[in-house]
Amino acid sequence: MAALTPELKARFDRETSQHRVVLYMKGNKLFPRCGFSANALAALQAAGAADVYTVDVLAEPDVREAIKEYSGWPTLPQAFIGGQLVGGSDIVRDLAESGELAKLVKG
Amino acid sequence: MLTPEFIRDRILEALPDARAWVRDTTGTSDHFEAFVASPSFAGKGMVQQHQAVYAPLRPWLQTGELHALQLKTSATLPENPPWQP
Repeated sequence: MAALTPELKARFDRETSQHRVVLYMKGNKLFPRCGFSANALAALQAAGAADVYTVDVLAEPDVREAIKEYSGWPTLPQAFIGGQLVGGSDIVRDLAESGELAKLVKG
Repeated sequence: MLTPEFIRDRILEALPDARAWVRDTTGTSDHFEAFVASPSFAGKGMVQQHQAVYAPLRPWLQTGELHALQLKTSATLPENPPWQP
């Protein structure tokens, strides 16, 4: 346990505050390696997030566990907008369907 | 090996006033879909609603036995079951 080191916490604080839309996902923008990650990324982009900042947790195993501890959210992918956890792929999908996602992305 | 019934029972233990439907989406006993309706969700955001469902399943999410749970939540009961068995 205690996967969330102070260094990683500082990194997550930085990433989620410096980028409007951040997606911790399996794979990257070019090659998503999980259907849920691919769907969340596509929904964010369709909602107007032209520049989603993505972090590939498969490339960084320590991030994979630490981000769950950081957010209190047990699954991946995880989307952050404006520094706040928005949720996983299901919530991103529901927000996209209701039109809320575009409003969140715009801020 | 997880079953839809096992997952449903863990959810209902944590949310006694809920109705929950769970099914295996791939036939491999590790990818599931759930619809959970509970009056306790009223006034809560979606993150909190999903967290309330994930909480009792955390041990199996952590080991990876439960690889994916597609989740829909609602504060009101659906008129019809979310899917036919």
